Amino acid sequence: MESIFFLVVAAVAVISSILVVTCKNPINSALSLVMTFFCLATFYVMLDAPFMAATQVIVYAGAIMVLIIFVIMLLNVRVETVKRGTHAVVAGSAIGLFVLFQTVWFLMKGSMTGKVGDMTKEQIVSVGHVELIGKALFTDFLLPFEVTSVLLLAAIVGAVILAKKKI
Amino acid sequence: MDTLILGLPVAYYIAMVAKVLVAFVFVLLTVAYATYAERKIIGHMQVRLGPMRTGWHGLLQPIADGVKLFFKEEIVPSQASKFAFLIAPLVALIPAFISFAVIPFGDTVTIGGYTVPLQIAAYYDQAGKQVFDVNVGVLYILAMASLGVYGIVLAGWASNSKYSLLGGLRSAAQMISYELAAGLAIISVFMLSESLSLHKIVADQAGGAWYAFKQPLAFVIFFICSLAEINRTPFDLPEAETELVSGFCTEYSSMKYAMFFMAEYANMITVCAVTTTLFLGGWHGPAFLPGWFWFIAKVYFLIFLCMWIRATYPRYRYDQLMRLGWKVFLPLTLVNVMATGLWVMFISK
Repeated sequence: MESIFFLVVAAVAVISSILVVTCKNPINSALSLVMTFFCLATFYVMLDAPFMAATQVIVYAGAIMVLIIFVIMLLNVRVETVKRGTHAVVAGSAIGLFVLFQTVWFLMKGSMTGKVGDMTKEQIVSVGHVELIGKALFTDFLLPFEVTSVLLLAAIVGAVILAKKKI
Repeated sequence: MDTLILGLPVAYYIAMVAKVLVAFVFVLLTVAYATYAERKIIGHMQVRLGPMRTGWHGLLQPIADGVKLFFKEEIVPSQASKFAFLIAPLVALIPAFISFAVIPFGDTVTIGGYTVPLQIAAYYDQAGKQVFDVNVGVLYILAMASLGVYGIVLAGWASNSKYSLLGGLRSAAQMISYELAAGLAIISVFMLSESLSLHKIVADQAGGAWYAFKQPLAFVIFFICSLAEINRTPFDLPEAETELVSGFCTEYSSMKYAMFFMAEYANMITVCAVTTTLFLGGWHGPAFLPGWFWFIAKVYFLIFLCMWIRATYPRYRYDQLMRLGWKVFLPLTLVNVMATGLWVMFISK
């Protein structure tokens, strides 16, 4: 049951990510990307990580993609007119295949297969996914967390300065 | 009842399907009659009668409207972007409905020895006598709310008309701005409940300890921001009929227009249900009536409040709207979160 569901979602994910690069209309590409994010969120749910799934939808589908669509609408690009060169297609496919090969190689031969981390499924169900992430963020990973927040603050200040010439 | 399918009893599947059907049909009926109630209530507030002709006091009006919209001619503008134009109403409608999956609309019910919680995405552990529901219910609702903007933006862009585009742009800016303040207002609630599960949040408010009393500021701000997010008056700029004809749905006709309309009302019901769950004690109420009755009563009161507001207040100007969102609500909610944090840290412990 679960594997059938996985295959369906995976198929949708693959098809929509292909559509992202093949659609002529940029808005349709953006919509396909949203669909891909949805499939990713579904995978997170299937991996017992509901918090990651919700954040995936809120941040990527709900905020970043809305901004991208906003920009596309304002620029008023209708249909992609740039002709794609065959060189780019060949190079892109080569790199893609190489990365795929590398991933499969590492999964099959590497030492990552079958490893079990600290967070087991039972622990996630009994303590709660959000609680575990919160505890990890505010104890073990406090420094990276704070540094990220400073980085975001700098980005906000930068955006305000760029947008407003006179302050 | 002892047969297992995929490790779960048959009663589980029957209860699941029944819950989904009942909740969905009930919400659809409420959507239909909310349009009637809105016209009646605003009519009476403006000393008019509202719909009177179809059935007794116009009671069959929603059905007549539905049939009329169903048989209208479907028009797709020749310059429209077809695919986006077709899916936009669906994208607007679906997030509005699926938010109901996590809202608890009543206590558990026992049918034939099998206990079922009145919440779609939840199950009752028969041995442990405990309800388990989605661990991140609140975030799920926020996620679905953040998707609602796509339908409107797409409709505005795909119609290829000035009014639609302006409506869509306004709506996108408005929803992104108010989402922040609404989200921050909710944060102060789950700082008190120490959980994101809606079942736990409702259980915490048993016995009249509503979060509306503990967090009055968050309650008011959340409700106002929600009105802005679902484009209700006084924040209905995306479809301001006096300046934008009908905003993002100017070019839509027939059932596609009806779907936007349904999405608007479904969103209103969702927002009222979420406010009830988070701030007004969910289904808790005096014990002489069942929990679902109190839930529906509270939701209907909030829907009435939305209509009352629509009949009372004029529309905001665009710059006023942005100023209110960014310069008033956002700082206020931040202060509220900070004060709640200090209170939880130093006083309640």
